[in-house]
Amino acid sequence: MLKDKDRIFTNLYGIHDWRLKAAQKRGDWDGTKDILAKGQDWIISEMKESGLRGRGGAGFPTGLKWSFMPKESDGRPSYLVVNADEGEPGTCKDRDMMRHDPHKLVEGCLIAGFAMRAVAAYIYIRGEFRDEADVLEAAIEEAYAAGLIGRNACKSGYDFDVYVHRGAGAYICGEETALIESLEGKKGQPRLKPPFPANVGVWGCPTTVNNVESIAVAPTILRRSGAWFAGLGRPNNTGTKVFCISGHVERPCNVEEEMGIPLKTLIEKHAGGVRGGWDNLLAIIPGGSSVPVLPKSTCDNVLMDFDSLRDVKSGLGTAAVIVMDKSTDIVRAIARLSKFYKHESCGQCTPCREGTGWMWRVMERLVEGRAEKEEIDMLLDVSYQVEGHTICALGDAAAWPIQGLIRHFRDEIEARIDRHHDRQAAE
Amino acid sequence: MPKVNINGQEIEAPAGMSLLQACELAGAEIPRFCYHERLEIAGNCRMCLVEWVGAPKPQASCALSVGDLRPNPDGTPANIRTDSPVVKKAREGVMEFLLINHPLDCPICDQGGECDLQDQALGYGAGRSRYEENKRAVEEKHMGPLIKTIMTRCIHCTRCIRFATDVAGVPELGAVGRGEHMEITTYLEKTLDSELSGNVIDLCPVGALTSKPYAFTARPWELTKTESVDVMDALGSNIRIDARGKEVMRVLPRLHEDVNEEWISDKTRYACDGLMKQRLDRPYVRKGGKLQEASWNAAFEAIATGLKGLSGEEIAGVVGDLCDMESMFALKGLLALLGSDRIECRQDGAKLESAVRASYLFNTTIAGIEDADAILLIGTNPRLEAAVLNARIRKTWLAKKLPIANIGPAYDLTYPVEQLGDNAAVVADILAGKNGFADILKKAERPMLILGQGALAHEDGGAVLKAAHDIADQFGFIKEGWNGFNVLHTAASRVGALDLGLTVEGGLEGLLKDAKAVFLLGADEFDAAPLKKSFTVYLGSHGDRGVQEADVVLPGAAYSEKSGTYLNTEGRAQMAPRAIFPPGDAREDWTILRALSDVLGKTLPYDSLPELRAKMNVTVIDEAPREGWGDFGAAGKIAKGGIQIAVTDFYGTNPIARASDTMAACRDAKLADLKEGTGTDG
Repeated sequence: MLKDKDRIFTNLYGIHDWRLKAAQKRGDWDGTKDILAKGQDWIISEMKESGLRGRGGAGFPTGLKWSFMPKESDGRPSYLVVNADEGEPGTCKDRDMMRHDPHKLVEGCLIAGFAMRAVAAYIYIRGEFRDEADVLEAAIEEAYAAGLIGRNACKSGYDFDVYVHRGAGAYICGEETALIESLEGKKGQPRLKPPFPANVGVWGCPTTVNNVESIAVAPTILRRSGAWFAGLGRPNNTGTKVFCISGHVERPCNVEEEMGIPLKTLIEKHAGGVRGGWDNLLAIIPGGSSVPVLPKSTCDNVLMDFDSLRDVKSGLGTAAVIVMDKSTDIVRAIARLSKFYKHESCGQCTPCREGTGWMWRVMERLVEGRAEKEEIDMLLDVSYQVEGHTICALGDAAAWPIQGLIRHFRDEIEARIDRHHDRQAAE
Repeated sequence: MPKVNINGQEIEAPAGMSLLQACELAGAEIPRFCYHERLEIAGNCRMCLVEWVGAPKPQASCALSVGDLRPNPDGTPANIRTDSPVVKKAREGVMEFLLINHPLDCPICDQGGECDLQDQALGYGAGRSRYEENKRAVEEKHMGPLIKTIMTRCIHCTRCIRFATDVAGVPELGAVGRGEHMEITTYLEKTLDSELSGNVIDLCPVGALTSKPYAFTARPWELTKTESVDVMDALGSNIRIDARGKEVMRVLPRLHEDVNEEWISDKTRYACDGLMKQRLDRPYVRKGGKLQEASWNAAFEAIATGLKGLSGEEIAGVVGDLCDMESMFALKGLLALLGSDRIECRQDGAKLESAVRASYLFNTTIAGIEDADAILLIGTNPRLEAAVLNARIRKTWLAKKLPIANIGPAYDLTYPVEQLGDNAAVVADILAGKNGFADILKKAERPMLILGQGALAHEDGGAVLKAAHDIADQFGFIKEGWNGFNVLHTAASRVGALDLGLTVEGGLEGLLKDAKAVFLLGADEFDAAPLKKSFTVYLGSHGDRGVQEADVVLPGAAYSEKSGTYLNTEGRAQMAPRAIFPPGDAREDWTILRALSDVLGKTLPYDSLPELRAKMNVTVIDEAPREGWGDFGAAGKIAKGGIQIAVTDFYGTNPIARASDTMAACRDAKLADLKEGTGTDG
């Protein structure tokens, strides 16, 4: 259990004011100048020591990512891009951070941007987050007015600008290179990698794209030391994390907890437990819609961090815990996710464009059992044909929920097919 | 150079080379749909996946360069497999995805027999489909009179988009919609505003974009394919003429890196229906003011009668824009035997002379454009005069954003141009260093100027030529390994004719003033009114402007119907063999002149094409010559005022194009697009 003194997001629930004065009382913007004065190398080594892994889903070490940025400019400016296009179903953590604690993000932008020698940060915010974007823009205004960002930010001698760019409602624009394309005013389609953004990013310049949470926790880590952050959680899975618990629980919520907390504890302590008790649990999607579903038997003991969830063939993703009790039509639930991915595929590359539609159509038939049992294996095969063959990870994200479903609930699908055949025979 | 191990074979490849090309170097063929050597990398079809041993997933070989490959942990070169089960499975998967929503309507598809999807499905397709759902259907898109769309067949490789955006420079094609609803469209359902639009048909790997005029007329395997050379402009683009029986069915580009790469203009591709229209297929003799059908003998007799009693000086000849060297040489020979050297090729009145060869050639060469670092256009619209050459200028601009300036009317050339004014006198200003662009030219390492026929076809054309010569001289256009002085011709025959010395003092006007008898060899591009008073013989393929005042008409062969030599604007000599026979009684032009010479009692000294060519002595080596510099042009003052550009109607520059229904449809479509008003427009 995370102690209150180790909490980073002290206004996650909006109990206090989000404005600058109140944020400063909670410790934001405290000694920012001193942090900057310690230099880029110190910041990056401290971030490395903290063991912070990217909070957007992939879990790439943040300090290491920052260190990829060029130390000497070849004439091109460097940019920090903050991915606030939070669109993963089940996930709503960045939204609350920006709504209630925007100064953590703004301060994080300055520090991270300074560490990677960027001239500006672009916060690409999901278009639907209208109020959040307003709050964020107001917070940026405040920071400019107080001299915290802009020319000679925090009197550090460093010039740094922060811009907000609103997206237009495409899930794929949360993929970092599609986000860059969209930011440049183009159709949001992922780019080929290499070259990676750290080399050729937005407008062809070195760019690092980070999730909101990764940036927002950075100032606190640097104030309290990397060692403090690394002391929380488990090795290689350190620190705190905001979990989004939704679905069939008594009190759906966002909550900041220590990494590696048992899934069952997380739900029972913070969300009031599964509706109808733990034994009424059917399955949990532990990290946002992209990761494979876990059956109750796995959920009983699994810990919530990158490595533990990988070991049970799922993933921490964005730590969006979607709880489904026994009233859930699990096949229909996954079919709905397939529809989402079919709808959000950008259409650029073949396996995803064609595969997501195919998988969704088969899933729709499986919901009714209107299929043959061989088609389950065919569907699994198609999902493997999509996975790993696409330009970006959306193909994988579309394939994994189906693979998880078939891995754990094949009985249920087969039973439906049998029932359907029986019904047909009876007619 | 980095090393890479492909299927166990270690090769060296440049770091910038794509892995796909490296694999081909090693002899491993890689299937692909979206990848094309001349287009930007898209990496979207996923057909070219290969296995990089040690990498977690297969890699798109088109999008990975050899330099991107890290060596193995033990330092040995990266291992690439193109034949492993992983690769086979991956490609079969992609192929299955491509086919699930493809209509598989090959029996009614014009691409059948030359379809990449068909070919590769043979290698990677499954025998039967596992896809039980409904297939996607996509609405047709209107892309004008040239491109037929069946978008349900589209596999979204985006080659057409990349061609239009990058090569043609008209970003009017794009993809709208997302996921499986992604569709390729011209956004506004308009004709693609490009002279190169037909190339998207060749680029389309499936039957989504096919040729509208050619639709449902032939299958590729029933066509006789002849490798030939184009005459629609002065580039000498390499083409393949596909014919069935006596009809040219279509014209396709052929690869020639130094001339047309693999593009051709829409006129080159689509004017071929004009070969079947307005044809002169028998001789005619004017009787009682009307042209009447006649036999060859009667026509020849009429000519003999017409020439009777005329001295050599009173006989003249004009050669047209599409003539091959052999016909022009034969006409020159015949007139010489009749005692005349009065033969003229400059129908437009351009003040070019034969004396110094470099004075009328595109000396930089077409491929040489890519080495230039500043370009000055004088009285030329290369987009209409030589569309493929214009694409080369755009390619150069894309690569290095070089300064390009224009003297003449302003037009959209698909790259930014500094407009120096529609005033020929600016040429003199530049020479005098009074124009800002003069500094750019002086500082440039490899400056070039392109002189259009529009700038030369005036009274002061000689002075413009002289000024251009002096600019080249004084601003360092001429140096070791570089000649930046270029004349862009619009007529395929012009350089050959100038080589043969087919010019007279006073030009066309002076020639026609005194002539009592005139031979027109396919000459249709001038006002025929002065011919009323003279005895006129027209020898050519089409009943166009030249026959209006003709007293005898002799049916000749079009470029597809004769074996001929052509010198392009660079002076590159290329041979075009005969693809089909001329229609009706029409014959190859030189044989007509040879037969006529017999009747006139002045027999030409050759009986076969090889004999004629031996006398003509033109070496066909397909190489752009390097000519020595010299003095040319005429002293004089350049008059102030606008420049009349040589080509304003791209679709009607010669008799074949003017006879073509397709070209007429293109012109109509363009005019309709220009006229199209807004919602408040009436």
